[in-house]
Amino acid sequence: MRTLIFRTAAPYLSSLMLLFSVFVLLRGHNEPGGGFIGGLIAVSAFAILGIAHGVPAVRRAMYFHPMAVSGFGLLLSALSGLLSFVYEVPFLTGIWTSVHLLGMEVDFSTVMFFDIGVYLVVVGSITSIALALEEREDN
Amino acid sequence: MAALAAPLLTRVLKHNAAWVLALAPLWIFLHFGGMLETVAGGNSVSGGFDWIASLGVRFSWYVDGLSLTFALLISGIGTLIVLYSGGYLKGHEQQGRFFSFILLFMGAMQGLVLADSFLMLFVFWELTSIASFLLIGFDHRREASRRAALQALVVTGLGGLALLAGLLVVAMATGANELSTLLASGEALRSSPLYAGAFVLLLGGAFTKSAQFPFHFWLPNAMEAPTPVSAYLHSATMVKAGVYLLMRFNPVMGDTAAWETVLPLFGGATLLVGTLLAVRQSDLKLMLAYTTVASLGLLVMLTGFGSEVAVEAAVLYLIAHSMFKGALFMVAGLIDHETGTRNIASLSGLRRAMPITFTAGLLAALSMGGLPLFFGFLAKEEIYAALAGTDMWAVAATLVAVVGNALMFAIAFAVGLKPFIGPLGDAPRKAHEGPLLLWLGPLVLAVCGLAAGLFSPFAHHLFSSPMASAVAGEPVAVEISTIPHLGLPLALSVLTVLLGIVAYLGQTGLRAAMASLVRTIGWGPDRGFDQSIKALVRLSVAVTRIVQSGRLDIYLTATFIAVALSILVPMVAFDELPAMPQVTEFWFYELTVVAIAVIGLGAVVYARNRLTAIVSLGIQGFAVALLFMLLGAPDLSFTQFMVETLSVVILALVMTRLRLAVSEHRPLGQKALDVTVSAACGLAFGLLLLKVTQLPFDDTLSRFFEVNAKVIAHGRNIVNVIIVDFRGLDTLGEIAVVMIAGLAILALIRIRAKDGAQAVSKQTERAQ
Repeated sequence: MRTLIFRTAAPYLSSLMLLFSVFVLLRGHNEPGGGFIGGLIAVSAFAILGIAHGVPAVRRAMYFHPMAVSGFGLLLSALSGLLSFVYEVPFLTGIWTSVHLLGMEVDFSTVMFFDIGVYLVVVGSITSIALALEEREDN
Repeated sequence: MAALAAPLLTRVLKHNAAWVLALAPLWIFLHFGGMLETVAGGNSVSGGFDWIASLGVRFSWYVDGLSLTFALLISGIGTLIVLYSGGYLKGHEQQGRFFSFILLFMGAMQGLVLADSFLMLFVFWELTSIASFLLIGFDHRREASRRAALQALVVTGLGGLALLAGLLVVAMATGANELSTLLASGEALRSSPLYAGAFVLLLGGAFTKSAQFPFHFWLPNAMEAPTPVSAYLHSATMVKAGVYLLMRFNPVMGDTAAWETVLPLFGGATLLVGTLLAVRQSDLKLMLAYTTVASLGLLVMLTGFGSEVAVEAAVLYLIAHSMFKGALFMVAGLIDHETGTRNIASLSGLRRAMPITFTAGLLAALSMGGLPLFFGFLAKEEIYAALAGTDMWAVAATLVAVVGNALMFAIAFAVGLKPFIGPLGDAPRKAHEGPLLLWLGPLVLAVCGLAAGLFSPFAHHLFSSPMASAVAGEPVAVEISTIPHLGLPLALSVLTVLLGIVAYLGQTGLRAAMASLVRTIGWGPDRGFDQSIKALVRLSVAVTRIVQSGRLDIYLTATFIAVALSILVPMVAFDELPAMPQVTEFWFYELTVVAIAVIGLGAVVYARNRLTAIVSLGIQGFAVALLFMLLGAPDLSFTQFMVETLSVVILALVMTRLRLAVSEHRPLGQKALDVTVSAACGLAFGLLLLKVTQLPFDDTLSRFFEVNAKVIAHGRNIVNVIIVDFRGLDTLGEIAVVMIAGLAILALIRIRAKDGAQAVSKQTERAQ
């Protein structure tokens, strides 16, 4: 598996996949995509990197423990739902706002943060499983 | 609220936090103290608000003489106990947690006695059990504490369930779900056919909580708790919850043959067993614990006796007992704290070293012994007045009471007097008077016992009469005073005291005699508890063995068979098989994709190598994903692609990890079974899907989503909008599950990584 070509290509490939996963995540509201799919793509990216360069490299690249990422995602999703209490609407009601950013109108919403949370949970949980399995293969 | 603040405060103020924390119960005490006049006038205070309106559950409270006296006892003694524990656990690293627990308990207990709605009563009842569990197990590093805590929780928890069932039966019988309406319902419960059921269930709750024989064993074991807990929960308040329940239901359930037979019988038995076992003990706390059991028995006996005087006696004794027993427990703890032992044999001559403790102990003992001028005396006079009679039943009861009280008299002085007189004993530590925090509580309680006796008309007006009225269900005035008046009760009292003195003097011999008696009996409910728990564990192990064979292939086979049967059987049985679908024209590329899927499947079946099989499974998955794409579900196919990729990767990793043989060797029979099961599953799902598509499709929801996705949720991708907005809560649950599953798998992998080789060899062993 660890051919020179694969190892050289893997970092670029995974970076591209990660970028693509974020793209899929963010466009999810209007086009095919979303947190679940984006998360799965990101997991594949990490899996490829892990196969090519070993688990320690992936752990370094992720910086946080994958399970922590997952936990943060769950928290983020829950919190984005809680914001609706401030506006006295039912839990998880989407709240939208527009911000002018660099001369463009960008929509922000609690729904987006909710989806980011989903993304992080999927990435964290499945990556941690995959990494743990790969790690066991190494030793 | 105070419970939350406790750990924080204690960190800052160390043991002096007790002074601040004691303000909370003190405030409650004063608050309820303010209601005294209203309630003494025969009124009751009630209030509440709707909690779950749709279920008719109200958060309501009801204060009459009974609840008020209890509330005052709880908060008053609570104040002293908080101060006492400040001194008792001084320097203990987890003192904050202790305060937290004890205030939690206090809140629960207050809620219990003030509750009006049945549900609240039950919830607070269980809360006190839980708080008691936490407090008994406070010293959680000790095996004995943990066992005692668990035992108390199991026994009182079971009783709590009985109570819940009992309350439900009462509610069914009378239609009332609040105490106040129940009390107003009069004869409804007594004449109901459900009376017997309600009676047994409520008694189950009350007897376990109040440690009645044969459930008495958990209470002495609960003495593993720190002394403030024993003084507070296991003598003054919590164990009286059962008595409270009986008193509460006395107006509507009492006055029946069952009530007046069962209660005195169990109460009397408990009184005798409790005192006899108390005499056997040489540990101060255990002696007191058994007399508490005995006192509770006495209270139950009196409550069940039925006459007005008996009710008065029970009320007086309950108040007196809370004061003197709380004080004596604290004295015992104080002695333990200062000398390092609770063994009665090595304690003597402490009067010079601990004069204040001595005073408190003696005053409490005098009240417990029932000597004139003290509140305990009033209680005992009234008890004898209530029991005295000529029929067999009354004579037996009187006899039991005299013996019980005499032995309690002996114990009272063994704890309150014996450690202080005579030559100095051989205690491990040199004793000296404890700090203010420690002796304040017992002294105040003991003095209260005296004061209440001296100013009895005042005490009767404020506490006894309203409480007795509430228990009896009609206005009752308690009038007994401390001035001895000649008569049968006084004679019995004198007899009790004489017997008590004899028992006190001969306590060493008595102890030895009882100890040998108990040894000859050998087996008791305490052992029985252990045995039944063990039997339960064995039973569950056996059942688990049968249900959980530990072999993955059996689980999978069972699951798939169940799935196939549950779909196929109803379909055939109710003649709901789908009609043959109309074959429309297929496109060329659709056929190609299906062909790819079939080829993939074929490869799975024929693959000799596991890895090949997994990859072939992937082929089939991708083909399905392609189909989704062609049929216009890009989101679904997108996800399917990713899931397929990852599951192939992960499966491959797992397979290499398990070090299974590269190819498989299953016997032919096994293969045939697997093929049948999988074919049945496939057939079942195929038929189910066909059937579903042939039914008229209700498209209300899909139209709603189509119309509203853009308008309400600002999204064009309906699938995504459903996931993150319309069904957001579902998704939140799902991602929580994903995360928990991830954690669980991670833990499994970690465990196996640790003893990897071992586990792997075991696994293969089992697989063969």
